[in-house]
Amino acid sequence: MLCQNCGQRPATVHIVKQVNNHKEEYHLCETCAREQGQFSMELPNFSLQQLLASMLEEGPWGPMPGSLQAPAETRCPSCGLTFRQFKERGFFGCGQCYTTFEGELLPLLRRMQGSDRHVGKAPRRTGGRLRVRRDLEQLRQQLQRAIAAEEYEKAAELRDRIRVLEQRLEAGGEGGAVE
Amino acid sequence: MPWNKVVDRAMSHWMEATGPHSDVVLSTRIRLARNLEGFPFPHMLSEGQAAEVIRKVEAGVREIDKIQVPGVVSPVELYRLAEIPPLARQVLVEKHLISPPLAQDARGRAVAISANEAVSIMVNEEDHIRIQVLSSGLDLENTWTLASRVDDALEEKLTYAFHNVRGYLTACPTNLGTGLRASVMVHLPALVITGQAGRLFNTLGQFGLAVRGYFGEGTDAQGNIYQISNQVTLGRSEEDIISNLNGVAQQVIEHERKARDHLKRQMRAQIEDRVGRAYGILTGAHILSSEEAMRLLSDVRLGVDLGLIPRVPVKVLNELLVAIRPAFLQKTAGKDLGPFERDVRRASLVRQRLAA
Ligand SMILES: [Zn+2]
Ligand SMILES: [Zn+2]
Repeated sequence: MLCQNCGQRPATVHIVKQVNNHKEEYHLCETCAREQGQFSMELPNFSLQQLLASMLEEGPWGPMPGSLQAPAETRCPSCGLTFRQFKERGFFGCGQCYTTFEGELLPLLRRMQGSDRHVGKAPRRTGGRLRVRRDLEQLRQQLQRAIAAEEYEKAAELRDRIRVLEQRLEAGGEGGAVE
Repeated sequence: MPWNKVVDRAMSHWMEATGPHSDVVLSTRIRLARNLEGFPFPHMLSEGQAAEVIRKVEAGVREIDKIQVPGVVSPVELYRLAEIPPLARQVLVEKHLISPPLAQDARGRAVAISANEAVSIMVNEEDHIRIQVLSSGLDLENTWTLASRVDDALEEKLTYAFHNVRGYLTACPTNLGTGLRASVMVHLPALVITGQAGRLFNTLGQFGLAVRGYFGEGTDAQGNIYQISNQVTLGRSEEDIISNLNGVAQQVIEHERKARDHLKRQMRAQIEDRVGRAYGILTGAHILSSEEAMRLLSDVRLGVDLGLIPRVPVKVLNELLVAIRPAFLQKTAGKDLGPFERDVRRASLVRQRLAA
């Protein structure tokens, strides 16, 4: 297979992305892969510029529907970055940018990541409340299942654990700095 | 430990070839991207801010030693990259301890490395912190556990940029959420020889995974070594991402083993010839390009795995993957070498190591 960018060298970098029902494939030679973004030992980032380009305007792999418009003058109040600069560089300037450009970002995230919500680890210290909430959610599901299965001893135990966590949340969580 | 020590040896912990499925999987890597609250991302940092981020991470790194994180071989030492000469930095790249961008522009950047080189923490690369854990063979769960523990230890001293809905905030939205990149480095000579590799790579995409040639500096995936890793970092838990990759890796291993079996049964003479020739050239050559060495080492590795060449320990082959790289050769020589001198030294090194 030849590189789909230069069409000259064999394609040795293969990126295949499946987001929902939409499949994207990129087959590039090492030289083009290197030129088209940081060629680090980490795999995925090199494709970001194309990814963004192809999602935001007419990229090297053809136009994508739903081109996104941001007022050019909107700047992140914290770092001063504009959305235009983000599109050029592929990087946000600071954590606040995620809030500043949320409207433009959400459709992008859904296409790129297939989701816009984190479900995973949270910091121990600052993410305490989130952790407690997630645990609570899980316990409540377990409780429902226990009741449905008529396992009342287990249900009682779960109810006690839920109560403890609820009290902890009311008391302000464990160090809950976030929120 | 001075940085010299890290740079001088070719062998890292992950190359021991002691992990599960080491016949196909060379190594497992987990990378976590993290950023500090209250600082712009690295590409927007002033010189002073970059230095402050390094100091903060340094305090976090000391915490790893202080609380003796299980599985981390202490000490973990932090090196400011500007203090390390360019050639030595390149060696760190060849050992997979830092990324090429970190070596190229060392200003305001640092790396912390554990004593056995299994854990490295890059500072001010694309994100403030990139925790990387490398281990031998296919060992995703344990590698993830270790990375997560290092993450927790750092967090004792550092406040991460974290959003309740979006997760860990990263400079690039492709890492948003978990900040997790899990990857396995696989040697797939039989799938390549039997012409099945391309088809396999295409189907891997259906699992949200990406494949690339690993040592591919030229136009080829050198040495039939590929890296398979997750693409999506948001909307799936770390455990999901890891078990998905693990399941796919198991299947890749199975396919590769089947193909090797097929080669051994149906094409025994051809494979023995190919492997024997590779071994013959590597033990007899006096001039070896990097590309030729990679190709022949792949054949020899296949021969070892198929039991056709009993003599070479796999860890020697792993060590050679690093030791024959240009920067490492020059570091060992203690001077800059032209391409021809490198080819001569490379051949001599390979002869020595295979004869040992
Ligand atoms: Zn190309
Ligand atoms: Zn910003």
